[in-house]
Amino acid sequence: MLTVENLTKTYRSGDKALHGVSFSLPKGQVVGLIGPSGAGKSTLIRCVNRLVEPTSGRVLLNDIDLTTLNRPALRRARRRIGMIFQEYALVERLTVMENVLSGRLGYVSFWRSWMRRFPGTDIANAFRLLDRVGLEGRADSRADELSGGQRQRVGIARALAQEPELLLVDEPTASLDPKTSRQILRLLTEVCAERGLPAIINIHDVVLAQQFSQRIIGLRAGEVVFDGPPSDLDNAALTRIYGEEDWSAMRKSAAEDAEAELEQSHRMAGLA
Amino acid sequence: MAVRQTPSGPDWRARTPRGALLLWLGWLAAVALTAWCWFVMTETTIWAFVYDAPRQAADIGSRMVPPRLDYLPELWRPLWDTINIATLGTAAGVVIATPIAFLAARNTTPSLLVLRPIALFIIVASRSINSLIWALLLVSIVGPGLLAGVIAIALRSIGFVGKLLYEAIEETDVSQVEAIEATGASSRQVLAFGIWPQVAPAFWAISVFRWDINIRESTVLGLVGAGGIGLQLQNSLNTLAWPQVTVILLLILATVLVSEWISAKVRRAII
Amino acid sequence: MSDYPTHWRRPPQILKHPVWRPIIQIGIVAYLILALSTLEVDWLRVWDGLDRGWRFVEGFLTPDFTSRWRDISEGLVESLTMTVTSTVVGIALSIPFGVGAAGNIAPAPVYFVCRAVIAVSRSLQEVIIAIFFVAMFGFGPFAGFVTLAFATIGFLAKLLAEAIEEIDMAQVEAVRASGGSWLQVVNYAVEPQVTPRLIGLSLYRLDINFRESAVIGIVGAGGIGATLNTAIDRYEHDSAGAILLIIIAIVMLAEYLSGHVRKWVQ
Repeated sequence: MLTVENLTKTYRSGDKALHGVSFSLPKGQVVGLIGPSGAGKSTLIRCVNRLVEPTSGRVLLNDIDLTTLNRPALRRARRRIGMIFQEYALVERLTVMENVLSGRLGYVSFWRSWMRRFPGTDIANAFRLLDRVGLEGRADSRADELSGGQRQRVGIARALAQEPELLLVDEPTASLDPKTSRQILRLLTEVCAERGLPAIINIHDVVLAQQFSQRIIGLRAGEVVFDGPPSDLDNAALTRIYGEEDWSAMRKSAAEDAEAELEQSHRMAGLA
Repeated sequence: MAVRQTPSGPDWRARTPRGALLLWLGWLAAVALTAWCWFVMTETTIWAFVYDAPRQAADIGSRMVPPRLDYLPELWRPLWDTINIATLGTAAGVVIATPIAFLAARNTTPSLLVLRPIALFIIVASRSINSLIWALLLVSIVGPGLLAGVIAIALRSIGFVGKLLYEAIEETDVSQVEAIEATGASSRQVLAFGIWPQVAPAFWAISVFRWDINIRESTVLGLVGAGGIGLQLQNSLNTLAWPQVTVILLLILATVLVSEWISAKVRRAII
Repeated sequence: MSDYPTHWRRPPQILKHPVWRPIIQIGIVAYLILALSTLEVDWLRVWDGLDRGWRFVEGFLTPDFTSRWRDISEGLVESLTMTVTSTVVGIALSIPFGVGAAGNIAPAPVYFVCRAVIAVSRSLQEVIIAIFFVAMFGFGPFAGFVTLAFATIGFLAKLLAEAIEEIDMAQVEAVRASGGSWLQVVNYAVEPQVTPRLIGLSLYRLDINFRESAVIGIVGAGGIGATLNTAIDRYEHDSAGAILLIIIAIVMLAEYLSGHVRKWVQ
């Protein structure tokens, strides 16, 4: 269970990225965090695991306040927070297996990790995760040999290898085509459901957010302006978040995308 | 570019009058500086020697041929020494340069105000001083021989490898490092998993590149007594044995070409 | 659940061949052992030397600029004037050689002659070239000047030729199509494309020439190297330290200034 209370981030340049953000996330809930670029979505996610230091406010994960932890304690807390990145952020020149195992770094000593001598249970678990995300047999490939969708699957496996209590997902589909985006989001929501894992998915595609999350939080200029189920996200709410726009036209084109994908998968099934 | 209105219509020039004047003054200053340097430098020159140079060159040239090829067997051992100086010196230099590079890189240095300037100074000091000067110092300290040569090559390599490596470290992709941090890795693990894999190819390429340069440089270290084939060169020059000098120079040339070829080959394999 | 392997080894990345990999690895280790065994360190001599080494470090920390200042300043003036004149003359010579060594604009016979000169200049160390020029021109900075100018050709002309070979040929075609002569083609289509590069490289070479001018004095070609050599021979550690510090300071200054000039040119 994650609780964010009154979180504020002011950058040294004086820019206010977040202003009094509060919400809480029960176990197993997948939240879509939407808002225009520059609204502070990325900052909010990074304030939770303190890749960005919040200026004030509290972040409670299972009743531990992350904002007051010292370095070693913060490292221990980060082990339980999986993070998935926009540009995958895999270590490109390492193998897929090493990338997945890097999720275990917080649990093993430096020398063990340097010699690549991870415990057998970690290795077996990594193989199982690779199977789960659909990358069986790719353990020895180098990360930069994979396609975008495959890389993001490795990113998911790496985050799950941490055995996290929370997933932070930063624009997971920004570098992917629409079809792969859906596949990745479907995979994410499935693994969250399997493990009862809460997740914050920061996403700029409203339709995808509505389709794949149980709750939507809308940010505008660092403040929460919408918080509710996807079905409540009507044109008025969207206008509050993004400003004026032709929302029904956008929905229509997204629906066509989804339909085309469905049709294609039927055709593929017919061929097989 | 400038267009000027004159009584006979617009006139186009490549530069504004001010720009042209500045450029002209700049050239004038450069020419004046060069001329002045020339006069200062040649104050003590004995011109008779200079005019005599072509004859001297012809004289030396005629003495250098034919090369004394039966001298070649005596050169294998010095050549082996030269290669060892270069290789061991490079290895030692790389081992010392790597931690210094991490201290000097803005994104990995533990202290921006104390350790980074010290590391940068070590790099500049090592780079400014040629390996031959290092050898001169070291021969006077540890005595003539291979050891002085190895240390000289190592000391010179620190700056070269350190500089290129710390630039490579500063160019690493931040998001890969951030991802490793986010897993709860310790700072040493972040270096080993986030940064090292990104700079490893550069590390090997730089090392091999420096090894190639060091082969060249170690061929002359013998001139100041630091071992290797340069020692033979010095002896042959002292005894005016020009046919031997030719053989030594040809051997150096061949060695340099081979090392250049190896270095290019290895670098291609890494990247 | 437990049918997944519990062992995993990172596959080899650089040497992938299963037979050559161990052979090369063992070969490298064997070579290193062999090479180390040739060192023949005279530990007694090294032990004696540590004391002298420490005095060098002390001399470096407490440099003495004054007692040998006359020699130092003379050597410095020689080095600096040698650097400037040799760089200027070297650039002037590098331009024709560089243009001649560019395969895309030079005719074949010119190309081979220029490439040969560059190859000779590049493959020999400055010190070796200096030995010959000292024998030809006598001791003193003039021999050093000729050495550095010659070495500059090997460096600058080669890089200039490479820069010219990389230019956009469409621009050359365009000027040629408008009826330009060979010189006009070089002036209008080639020069604008390579000038910034040439200026950057020239500044870099100025820096190298200064550093080299400190070395070739050892074989009698004048400059601060001769002063340094004398200071070390006489065990005047504090003067040697002062000379080394001056060299470092000038190199640092040159690097700082050339960085600014390069930014300003682009």
